[in-house]
Amino acid sequence: MGTGLGVGTAVLYLSLIVLIPLAAVVWRAGGQGIGYVWQAIRTPDSWAALELTLVASVIVALVNVVMGTVIAWVLVRDRFPGKAIVDMLIDLPFALPTIVAGLVLLALYGANSPLHVNLAYSEAGVVVALLFVTLPFVVRTVQPVLLELDRDMEQAAYSLGAGQWVTFRRIILPNLAPAMLSGAGLAFTRSIAEFGSTVLISGNIPFKTQVAAVNVAGRIESDNLTGAAAVSTALLLVAFVVLIMLDLVQRWAGRRD
Amino acid sequence: MRQTTRTVAALAAMVLAGGLAGCGSADASGSAGAGTVTLSLVAYSTPQAAYKKIIKAFQATPAGKNVKFKESYGASGDQSRAVDSGLKADVVAFSLEPDITRLVKDGLVASDWNSGQYRGMVTDSVVVIATRKGNPKHLRTWDDLLGDGIQVITPNPFTSGGARWNVLAAYGAKSDKGADKAAGVAYLRELFPHVAVQDNSARASLQTFVNGKGDAMLAYENDAIFAQHNGQALDYTVPDDTILIENPVAVTRNSEHPTEAKAFLDFLLTPTAQKIFAENGYRPIVQGVGGPGFPTPAKLFTIKDLGGWTALNKDFFDANSGVMAGIEQRLGVATSAAPSPAK
Repeated sequence: MGTGLGVGTAVLYLSLIVLIPLAAVVWRAGGQGIGYVWQAIRTPDSWAALELTLVASVIVALVNVVMGTVIAWVLVRDRFPGKAIVDMLIDLPFALPTIVAGLVLLALYGANSPLHVNLAYSEAGVVVALLFVTLPFVVRTVQPVLLELDRDMEQAAYSLGAGQWVTFRRIILPNLAPAMLSGAGLAFTRSIAEFGSTVLISGNIPFKTQVAAVNVAGRIESDNLTGAAAVSTALLLVAFVVLIMLDLVQRWAGRRD
Repeated sequence: MRQTTRTVAALAAMVLAGGLAGCGSADASGSAGAGTVTLSLVAYSTPQAAYKKIIKAFQATPAGKNVKFKESYGASGDQSRAVDSGLKADVVAFSLEPDITRLVKDGLVASDWNSGQYRGMVTDSVVVIATRKGNPKHLRTWDDLLGDGIQVITPNPFTSGGARWNVLAAYGAKSDKGADKAAGVAYLRELFPHVAVQDNSARASLQTFVNGKGDAMLAYENDAIFAQHNGQALDYTVPDDTILIENPVAVTRNSEHPTEAKAFLDFLLTPTAQKIFAENGYRPIVQGVGGPGFPTPAKLFTIKDLGGWTALNKDFFDANSGVMAGIEQRLGVATSAAPSPAK
């Protein structure tokens, strides 16, 4: 009875907050038939924006899964002055309105860059903005697993003659992999929907640097809500498929052990 | 464990119930005190400073004595869509007519909204060429913008409804007010390779420009004046042939205080209000109100000269078949093959 009430609450809440709104987006897109949806997605500017978004998001997920794991490792295993502060800093990209993040990145890596790095209004600028916004996802999913990791297993591997690389590959990595994968999944799905941080630094040039979320905004401005919903549905589908694939990989890896 | 689940569920139920009760009571306390009326003004963002002053002036008149205002400012299209989806408004003020037309279609604004002397418009402006202080590259005409290596900033006309004024100003100027469509389109085709950044709004474009990107920016005259008032180092030239920007206002049909809303609308056309608009960079629509003067371009044209918004939106800004969609696409193909022009 108690469990039933718990599940009921969870489902009701999820439905109100997540499922019904998402279903409404898909419903809105499908209003004029599946052919129309496909046509809207295949509109040249939307297609180009989707391509850029997906490629950039894959790059971002790959880079951040490596760098995020390294940072998590350093935060858990190493001792250095100011570590607590660095640990706090990791979460700050979450706290900053992403449009401000875009503005700051533009000031730092734009035409008047004090660092003499000009990435603004290019695909590289989009990737940098997404890297900034999604870094915390991987760090914060890997970190607790690393903390819980049984050091005895590593000691045992070393005492049995395994080198550092073998120990990392055979002992540590398999334990971290699920967390890394879900971190990468979060970073990827966040990236494909990102608007605020990319809208300024990308320069919003169709067919070149316009990301999907900004393309959707353009559809809405042109009073083409069905088109906007169609492109959004494409993003939802991609995210859904990627999350399922990550889950399958995890299950497969889990069975293999 | 079971106990915990039950407690959590009970708590959740309480929170939900509390939230609902809260909503109910908030509604009841919404009405204002005796005698006073609250008008809701939903407007686009640029005239905010002007409206603040105009509202004060209105409240000093007998008609506005007991009228309070709830103001909301934002991107014109977003504001229009918000009202369309149910945001309560008594008076709406947008940057371009299609944002009112949207509300007319859904019965929220009377279809005779533009039947008055000024056809529903309250302010004018023109599209100008803004440059760096002192205009070091001597950019004064539409042709100057096509010079070697000149970079132009204008927002993306698909994400910014307001940016369509800029595109149509260039088109109208080079097509003899729409008579020679091919020449106008050919000019746009040459212009857009010079556009290095297409921000999503006019405000973002201004930001990009003052941050140092670009040699020229297509802007509304009032925005350029606004930037100058805020200490930005830029100059602007009014081209000889440019488009007259007209900003509409209307009273909504479901306004609870139509008399007061109408009175405010009438006040906007008084010399007092028009002068305040002029002081904030807008061209007054009523002549002879004083305030700063504005140069009259030799060959000024209107959106009506070019065929009206409905036809132009379809011809130029349809995502599939519009002229601009084609230009952007050619540009995309060209830039992905050639080195990036953004450098």
